[in-house]
Amino acid sequence: MIPGPAARDPAVARWGAAILALLLLTVFLALPLAAVFTEALRRGWGTVLEAYSDPDAMAAIQLTLLVAAIAVPVNTLGGIAAAWCVAKYEFPGKRLLVALIELPFSVSPVISGMVFVLIFGAQGWLGPWLQSRNIQIVFALPGLVLATVFVTFPFVARTLIPLMQEQGRAEEEAAATLGASGWQTFRLVTLPNIKWALLSGVLLCNARAMGEFGAVSVVSGHIRGETNTMPLHVEILYNEYQFAAAFAVAALLALLALVTLGAKTLLERLSGRRGEMV
Amino acid sequence: MSLSLSRRDPLPGFGLSLGVTLAWLSLIVLVPLSALALRPWELGLSGILGVLSDARVLAALRLSFGTALVAALANLPLGLLVAWVLVRLRFPGRRVLDAMVDLPFALPTAVAGLALTALFAPNGWLGAPLKALGITVAYTPLGVFVAMMFVGLPFAVRTVEPVLRDLGTEAEEAAATLGASRPQTLLRVVLPALAPALVTGFGLAFARAVGEYGSVIFIAGNRPMVSEIAPLVIVQRLEAFDYAGAAAVGLTMLAISFLVLLLLGLIQARLRPGGRA
Repeated sequence: MIPGPAARDPAVARWGAAILALLLLTVFLALPLAAVFTEALRRGWGTVLEAYSDPDAMAAIQLTLLVAAIAVPVNTLGGIAAAWCVAKYEFPGKRLLVALIELPFSVSPVISGMVFVLIFGAQGWLGPWLQSRNIQIVFALPGLVLATVFVTFPFVARTLIPLMQEQGRAEEEAAATLGASGWQTFRLVTLPNIKWALLSGVLLCNARAMGEFGAVSVVSGHIRGETNTMPLHVEILYNEYQFAAAFAVAALLALLALVTLGAKTLLERLSGRRGEMV
Repeated sequence: MSLSLSRRDPLPGFGLSLGVTLAWLSLIVLVPLSALALRPWELGLSGILGVLSDARVLAALRLSFGTALVAALANLPLGLLVAWVLVRLRFPGRRVLDAMVDLPFALPTAVAGLALTALFAPNGWLGAPLKALGITVAYTPLGVFVAMMFVGLPFAVRTVEPVLRDLGTEAEEAAATLGASRPQTLLRVVLPALAPALVTGFGLAFARAVGEYGSVIFIAGNRPMVSEIAPLVIVQRLEAFDYAGAAAVGLTMLAISFLVLLLLGLIQARLRPGGRA
């Protein structure tokens, strides 16, 4: 993609553009990241470890892991099912289906959480009915899971659909014609073809599930030690002026983001295919 | 072989996969979103207009949409520059730069909010020198702008980048050979080819910025009528158990976003080769 001599810009322009881009991205992207780690370590490692071993922090970490452990498999199964029917079959309304699957990405996180409050909250459609049966959805684990499933909904489907559409259905048809069952066809033919993309989709879905703030904030009720996920714990600590602890927990989430980016880059090399985050 | 057998799809699983997909989509997305579409009407049209004409709601909507438009616009030249550097130049550290672009996607929004606030606070690494220049970013609408630019940047880069890569360099070389100056080539050959992608990038960055919550509320200061964004108004109404009012603000946000994206789609159709320019 390097242009021939006729259309090549002077070296000054090329290097100038590269340095300017690097400078802008450093100021805009690397500095905020550096600020998180610097603030976290300002009072030394002792404070950082103390922030992690605090019972509320431990509860927040556990809750975050639990919510992701439910939300990610749900969206993985849904994503695989969606990619299978969209990529392998023709049916009316397919484009609409794909558009609807992408819909959660264009909804504000706050609205994503709010829709569940509108249904399950105290003044929600099912609120009185749930209350009379003592079932808690909003301000409890089910609400956190629902909001998280909503915001991470498209990740797996949208990584798999373009890839599986490209791969077509010839291999699966051959397997099925030779007598393989549906499950055998999927496990032995399809899965090996999509494993890296699937892993990449799961990874992005997980990163968002663990890091989600807005949607979860609306349905959480912010009950310490009970309905606080890690990002919400960061906010509480920050609002209580416990800056070192807030940044320590934030640094943990930032590490998660860096590991996710690194793993995504690695998966792209393994599969020779560029994953779309946008 | 009978007709019904020969017409049967050899590949099983259509019914199952479509069924699972529709159940998953309906339960998680469609039914909940229908609550957003229906609940505002409990107030009646006059009630909805009453909510929307509240001075604080109006100010928040104006701030969210106005700032998101400006931030998405500001991201275009930056995105174009970064995409250009990533596609056209080979230099050490290019891969790191490439990975760094996705950071705003991967970084949890609360962390981004905290980080930007620390950076732009009056005693922060960037806040202190800016303060000396008389510019205050943190806890002002300018802070909202910075956070919205941060979350929108990857969209601006990643929509232009593949188009620029596919564009190749032949057209530019042809233009140069035919005697066009470099600025002429860029302005008359490259930019028109990238225009539809730029519009897409603008739309995605805008949609993301309008709804953004986590990275904005820390740096915004959230002063009513000044630096309070629309999603925060929704949160406050929900906390006051004004569900219908919150839903009215939410539905309005979605409706305006939809109209903006529709408009961008029309602009894009005109920009495409063969479109009426």
